[in-house]
Amino acid sequence: MRRRHLRGRLDFKFSPYLYISPFFVLFALVGLFPLIYTFVVSINDWELLGGAGDWVGLDNYKAELASPLFWNSLLNTFSIFLLSAIPQLVVATFIAAMLDQNIRAKTFWRMSVLVPYVVTPVAVTLIFSTAFDEKYGLINNLLGALNLDTIAWKTDVFPSHMAIATMVNWRWTGYNALILLAAMQAVPRELHESAAIDGAGAIRRFFSITLPSIRPTMIFVIITATIGGLQIFTEPKLFNPSSSVPGGPDRQYQTTVLYLWDLAFNRGDFGRASAVAWMLFLIIIVIGVINFLISGTIASSSDKQKSRRFATRKGKK
Amino acid sequence: MNNATLQRPATPKPVRLGRGKNFSADRRPGFLTYGILLAFLIGSTYPLWYSFVIGSSTGDVFSSAWPPLLPGGRFWVNVAEVFDSVDFWAALGNSLIVSSVITFSVVSFATLAGYAFAKLRFRGRQGLLVFVIATLAVPTQLGIIPMFMMMKQLGWTGSLGAIMIPTLVTAFGVFFMRQYLVDNIPDELIEAARVDGASMIGTFWHVGVPAARPAMAILSLFTFMTAWTDYLWPMLVAPQTPTLQVALSQLQSARYVDYTIVMAGALMATIPLLLLFVVAGKQLVSGIMAGAVKG
Repeated sequence: MRRRHLRGRLDFKFSPYLYISPFFVLFALVGLFPLIYTFVVSINDWELLGGAGDWVGLDNYKAELASPLFWNSLLNTFSIFLLSAIPQLVVATFIAAMLDQNIRAKTFWRMSVLVPYVVTPVAVTLIFSTAFDEKYGLINNLLGALNLDTIAWKTDVFPSHMAIATMVNWRWTGYNALILLAAMQAVPRELHESAAIDGAGAIRRFFSITLPSIRPTMIFVIITATIGGLQIFTEPKLFNPSSSVPGGPDRQYQTTVLYLWDLAFNRGDFGRASAVAWMLFLIIIVIGVINFLISGTIASSSDKQKSRRFATRKGKK
Repeated sequence: MNNATLQRPATPKPVRLGRGKNFSADRRPGFLTYGILLAFLIGSTYPLWYSFVIGSSTGDVFSSAWPPLLPGGRFWVNVAEVFDSVDFWAALGNSLIVSSVITFSVVSFATLAGYAFAKLRFRGRQGLLVFVIATLAVPTQLGIIPMFMMMKQLGWTGSLGAIMIPTLVTAFGVFFMRQYLVDNIPDELIEAARVDGASMIGTFWHVGVPAARPAMAILSLFTFMTAWTDYLWPMLVAPQTPTLQVALSQLQSARYVDYTIVMAGALMATIPLLLLFVVAGKQLVSGIMAGAVKG
């Protein structure tokens, strides 16, 4: 009897650690260790074939900060990101507002906006790469048929950014619309009702009630889009198969992760590639901290709204 | 919306204003709304249709000025060429194995850890949870260099195991399960099980897992999709045993690119996820609306 008691106490004390340990052990191995080790590699003169060379301190960082290719990649990344985030957010909000109405066949429409999400980025890139082909692509054919000038989607800087942003937008707009729709549905109905009684029309209510109410979600969508956007790789990598340099013959749309990959695995310079990885990581951390600060202040102010939602839910049961 | 509550938002009930006069937002919207949604639907699906049209034609389909709308009759011929160029079935099998193992691992470990964080008391719980949340922002993508070196050192490059290892656990999964379980298991239920003499693992199995099931289903869906669509790491570490994404990209890397075959391949590679969408589309929608995060 006593032994059983002891076993029960040990069970009680150690079980929680047992349950969380697989996560922590694996995460230390595949998340934390690589991150720290990337830093170690970045302060050495490290070659793919030669292995660890001399300790060089922050020289790799200095070299990258002075490298036009690094800045080019960062500029391309942000350009593509802005070209995708802004239209995506505007259209997603608009579509969410359409779905937020009392429409027929709700589930059908909600599912329909999600179709692009199940097409993998590789397939998306192949499809759009075909459509944006400079000689025979769908889009240039169409421009030609309308007697407009064709566009060098794969050679000019800005058009190539637009083309890549289009792929990102196509895949993610519906997804974001659904996140925003969830936020819109959480807006207390009484607000809409009293505004309607006061004579506010649908458009007025959208700008004065809906938009301010979904601001926290909007920020969340922006932050996740930013973090995802900073890591864009597949689309620029596969956009133009005939280019020998990844990211376009003149690196017109070479993004930072693509540059990192090229530096490490084509040119074999692990040290400098690791420095790029760490700088990109720092940028993401800065954005993450901003996220944390913003959502922290929002969490305290939206508690009221949340508890009300919870109350109505409980009341329904 | 950051915290993942899984309930669907309450559907609006019509509110009556005065005698039989519905609040305007509860009225059925007009044709304009459906027109806009239909246009969006066409935009969402046309690229897929376009890939089918191209993938079922010969190369001269590209010379037509207007967007081709009707498929040709060569779909299966082109598909056969896809099968000749890459080992499609092997790649499909690889993708299935990789995605299933990752999903199983992420969901089991996330449920275990999420349950511990949500319902068990232990020293250091708060600190460790903060650590999990802090690591949400760490992109595994940026650790590819040492990860690659590690796999090379171990001689695992080229194996399916090397593809799976970096994503066997995710901080997001743990956080997601914790958020769900905190609200969805009453403490009394756990206490009752303990009083009845259940062991810790017994309590987890008989109280925790049944309560976690809906969240596990959604986490499975999203983990599977993320693993299935990954390209960078599988391409890097195991191009010899390609997943479907890597095999697909290899179709295009030939010096002369035949777009009709590439399109047929793109469509073939999309079909598995389209099937998943048909079966679990509703759950995907509700998962996203509950605040699931991008993979």
